[in-house]
Amino acid sequence: MDPAAAKLIGAGLATSGMIGAGVGLGTLFGNYLQAAIRNPSAAASQQTMLFLGMALTETMGLFAFVVSLLILFVF
Amino acid sequence: MADAPKIEPMHQFLIHNWIQGPQFDVGGVHFDMSITNSVASMLVGATALVAFFVLTARQQIVPNRGQAVAEAFYNIVDRSLVTPIIGHHGRPYIPYLLTLFCVIFVLNLMGVVLSVGSLAGQSWTFTVTSQLAITATLAVLTFFSVFILGFVKHGPKFLTLFWIPGMGVVGGALMVLIEMISYFVRPITLAMRLFGNMMGGHVVLSLFGSFVVALGVFALSTLGLNTLAIIPSALSFAMIVALTGLELVVAFLQAFVFTVLATVYLNEVVNFGHGH
Repeated sequence: MDPAAAKLIGAGLATSGMIGAGVGLGTLFGNYLQAAIRNPSAAASQQTMLFLGMALTETMGLFAFVVSLLILFVF
Repeated sequence: MADAPKIEPMHQFLIHNWIQGPQFDVGGVHFDMSITNSVASMLVGATALVAFFVLTARQQIVPNRGQAVAEAFYNIVDRSLVTPIIGHHGRPYIPYLLTLFCVIFVLNLMGVVLSVGSLAGQSWTFTVTSQLAITATLAVLTFFSVFILGFVKHGPKFLTLFWIPGMGVVGGALMVLIEMISYFVRPITLAMRLFGNMMGGHVVLSLFGSFVVALGVFALSTLGLNTLAIIPSALSFAMIVALTGLELVVAFLQAFVFTVLATVYLNEVVNFGHGH
């Protein structure tokens, strides 16, 4: 296979790690919304924890993004 | 009809030298004091921020609009971050966290709001926080000042941060390794998160902008079936409007998330040994 083509395919495949981050973010916000509807008075106090969880979940997707950038621009 | 310009989504992150400055070497490290578009954007952001807080510094019992906004900034850091996470021991660190939040927020916002594009063959706006060098500087500054503060406050006892009690000697040693990796990867993730979010958003905006122009040029080139391409062109434009709204949210959220994580890291140091 042409090495340039293999590089592009590899970079594309590396981004599939973002699937996990997508599922994680969906779970996170879905569960937050469910809890917030059940008990709206407690929702505001947990928003900081929501964003903290979002940041940590997003990191996993960003690692996939970084690997893809590394394949594209470093090698 | 002219051809559509080439699609270059990464072009907006190039650094251009505007005013040539002095160059010198100190201990083998090359310093270039030129005014680039990155430096100019940071100067504008810093000036706007300082001017805003100086102008709203006169306190009144009934705040005017400027003071209300300044107080809202302060309350985001104090009432929703420092007080719930650290408690009243965290009050001395509010100035640093507030500065961090304001700088990242203003620089993020400048990249989105001031999108006047290129005039006179020069791109005049620049998203400073989409440069890994800038976000890495902020992350390393935050991480290591927190790490050093741990030693200043607690001495060598601070190293027991990596020791999980009740794991035995072998398990404990293994956990120390894992804990150390997960601790020292923090500045990297902190820098990568801000950089990735800002760069990703602007690449998507730029791509949709290119679609508008490319499809529009294709639609207007000759009259015929290709004129239908005006529809996806208009849809791309609507997409830009929607994405700009999303980018405004992301600009705030990433500044907030960066500050949340800095506060959480500080909490480990300030409330070291009790709590948990």
